[in-house]
Amino acid sequence: MSVDSLAEAINQAVRGAVVAKSTGNMPSVTIGAGRLVAVCNHLKSQMGFNYLSSITGVDYYDRFEVIYHLHAVPGSEQVCVKVVVNHDDPVVPSVFNVWQGADLQEREVYDLMGIRFSGHPNLTRILMWDEFEGHPLRKDFGMGNQAAWEQMPHMPQLET
Amino acid sequence: MEIKPPPGTRRLQPGELVDVRGNSLIMGDRKPLADVFGTLDELSVYGQNANLAYSAVNTIYNWCRRWSYWPSFFGLACCAIEMIAGGLGRYDISRFGAEMYRASPRQADLLIVSGTVTRKMAPAIMRVYDQMADPKFVMALGGCACMGGPFVGSYSVVMGVDQMIPVDVYIPGCPPRPEALLHGLMTLQERGDRGYLFKKEDQLLKGEA
Amino acid sequence: MINALRTETFEINMGPQHPSTHGVFRMVLTLDGETVVDVVPKMGYLHRGIEKLAEENTYVQGVTFTDRMDYLSPMTGNFPFVLAVEKLAGIEVPLRAQYLRIIAAELQRIASHLASIGFLGNDLGTWYSPLMYTLREREIILDLFEMLCGARMTPTYMRPGGVSQDLPEGFKDRCLLFFEKNMPRIMGEVPALLTDNEIVQMRLKNVGVLPAEKAIACSVSGPSLRGSGVKFDIRKAVPYNAYDQFEFDIPTGTKGDNFDRFVVRYEEIKQSMRIVRQALANLPAGPIMAPGITRNLRAPAGSEAFARTEASRGELSVYMASDGGVAPYRCKLRSPSFINLTALREMLLGSRVADVVVTLGTLDIVLGEVDR
Repeated sequence: MSVDSLAEAINQAVRGAVVAKSTGNMPSVTIGAGRLVAVCNHLKSQMGFNYLSSITGVDYYDRFEVIYHLHAVPGSEQVCVKVVVNHDDPVVPSVFNVWQGADLQEREVYDLMGIRFSGHPNLTRILMWDEFEGHPLRKDFGMGNQAAWEQMPHMPQLET
Repeated sequence: MEIKPPPGTRRLQPGELVDVRGNSLIMGDRKPLADVFGTLDELSVYGQNANLAYSAVNTIYNWCRRWSYWPSFFGLACCAIEMIAGGLGRYDISRFGAEMYRASPRQADLLIVSGTVTRKMAPAIMRVYDQMADPKFVMALGGCACMGGPFVGSYSVVMGVDQMIPVDVYIPGCPPRPEALLHGLMTLQERGDRGYLFKKEDQLLKGEA
Repeated sequence: MINALRTETFEINMGPQHPSTHGVFRMVLTLDGETVVDVVPKMGYLHRGIEKLAEENTYVQGVTFTDRMDYLSPMTGNFPFVLAVEKLAGIEVPLRAQYLRIIAAELQRIASHLASIGFLGNDLGTWYSPLMYTLREREIILDLFEMLCGARMTPTYMRPGGVSQDLPEGFKDRCLLFFEKNMPRIMGEVPALLTDNEIVQMRLKNVGVLPAEKAIACSVSGPSLRGSGVKFDIRKAVPYNAYDQFEFDIPTGTKGDNFDRFVVRYEEIKQSMRIVRQALANLPAGPIMAPGITRNLRAPAGSEAFARTEASRGELSVYMASDGGVAPYRCKLRSPSFINLTALREMLLGSRVADVVVTLGTLDIVLGEVDR
C-alpha cells in the first residue's frame, strides 16, 4: 500500500494522528505519542497488521525516536510507525496490550535507552544488572564520567 | 569496587607484550616450558620431604592426574561450541582422558572459561571457581577470556578472566580451533606434571606464597 | 485428606551456569511439586554491548560483531547487516555475489539445524549420542566454509558490496558429493533414531504447545512460528537478495508442540539442500564485489534502512541510521531468539520440570543473539 493511502486510513480512524510521512524501505508514518495506542489498535484490528516485528529506540541529541515495524502475517504488507518524544523524561505509552510481543522489547529499550513505557506491567532492567546506573546506549553515557564505564555488580566474598 | 589481580600477577600496561606473569608473548622469545612452570628438581621446595618415596608418589600422582582432567562445563559464548566440537568425534578430547565434562563444578578440576566474561556474569564465575576443590586449574579459551577479545572498550565486558581468577593456560583465537584447545590441554598437562602434592609447595612454585 | 497434604510452592533457580540452558541463561521457576507454576526468564549474562560497539567501528568492521551474535549460524547473521549497509549507501550487489551469499547462508542453515537437532537430543537425556552423529555432518560443512573463506565458525564472509572470496575450484564438486554421500546418512538416521522413536514422540508431542494466534501476538518467528501452523517465511513474503529466483517450499507444523518444531527443522534441511543445488547449477559469472567499496565507506546523512532476513532461528533484522560518518549512527539488531523468549512463559505453564529443558531446546535460543 502506498504511504498516502495508509496515512489517510489512519487519519480517518484516529483524527489528526499523522504528523509526518515518508517512504523508504516501507511506508512510514510519524504519530504523536498520545495517539499511539489508538493508531496501533486500528492497524491491528482493521488493517491486519497483527505482527510486531521490532521496536527500536534512537537517541538524536535533542529528541528520542521510537520506531515500530509492523507486518501483516501471513502476507507481504509491512509498515513503519514512528513516535518522537523529547529528550528529558521521555515517556511513550506501551503497546503491550495490543501486541504481547512488545513485552521484552520495551524492557530492552527502557534498559538501554531510558525511555519509559507507561502501562507496561513489568518495566525493569533486562540486559544490565539491576543496580546498574545509567542507560548505556545513550549518546551521553559515560561522557566525562569514567565511573559509569567501570561499574561492577556486587561480587561475592571468596573463602581463601 | 576494585578488582584485585590475583597474587603473583600484575596488571599489564598498554603495548606490553608479556602476559600477567611476565612471560613474553612473542613466539620466538618464549622461554621453554620448563623455565615457565619450574623444573622437577627444586630440592629447596621439597625441603624436608626430599626422599625417594615422596617423589615417586608425586610422580605417579601427577601421571594419573595428567590423563584424567575433568573439565567443568563452563561454556559462555562461541568458544563453547569449539569446546564441544573438541569433545566430539573428529577432534577427540577423550584420547587425553578429559571427556568427562562435569556439570557441577564441585566434581571438576579444570575450569575452561570459554567465551566472553561479562560483568553481570562475574559473580557467578567467582562462585563457580570457589566451588571447585583444590588442585584446580583454569584455562582461558579464546580471545574474550584472555583479554576481552573483540569487545575491548565495551561497557559490560570484563577484559579477560584473569582479572578475577588466576589462569594457568591462555589459548588465543577467535575462536581457537579445537586443535588449539588440545594444544592448550597438552600445555596444561606439562604444568600439572610439575605439581606438588601439598598446596603450600604448589604455591611456592607459582610464586604466590 | 489430600488437602491436608497441601504444600507451598517452591522457587528454584536454573542458574546461568547450567548444562542444559544452551548458554548463560537463567530462569527462576516457581514449582508446585513437579509442575511449573511460573517462569521468570532472566537474561543479560552475555550482554557485550554490540550495538554500542557498532557505533564506534566502521561499517566493514561491524560485520565481525554479527558473527559473534548467533554463533551457531554466523553466515545468516552477517546477512542483514550487509543488506542494511547496502540499502543505506545505495550499493548494487553483483548477481554472482548474491548467489554466493545464498549458498553460504543455506549451507549455514543446514549446519545450524543439525546442531539444533543434536542439542535437542542432549536435552532429552540421550547424553551426546545424537550430537555426535549430527555434528559429524556439521564438521564437513565447516570444512566447506574453510575451503570457501578460511574460517570455520566466525567467517565474516559477507561484506558490504558483495562477498570476500570467490568460489574455489572443486567446491562445487565437493559440495555435491557431500549432498550425495554424507547427507542421506544423517537424514536417514534422524528419523530412524529420533523422529520415529516412541519415547521421543511421547516426550515431545503435546508438550509446550503454542497456538498460532499466540505465536503471532508474541512476535515469534522462524521454525517456532512455522511449527505452530503459520506459513510465514521472510524469504517468500519479502524476498531479498535474489531469493525470488529460487524454488523451495515452506514446511509447517499443525499443533505447535515441541514435536512440530523439531520436524519443521528437519524438513527445512531438505529445502536448504534444494536451494543450494539450484544455486550451484545456475551460478552466474561476474564480479563478487561491487566496484568502488573502500574501508571508509560512508552513507548519506539522515538515511535509514531496515533489512529483514530469515536466519536459522527466525527473523533477524537490522535497523541502521546514518549521519554521514564512517560508522553507523545507530545499529539495532533485532534478534529472533530474544523475541521468541516472549512466548516461553506461555509454553511452560503447567508442564513438568523435565519438559522445561526440552521446550527450551525446541525453541532453539542462542545466547549470543539473546543478549547481543
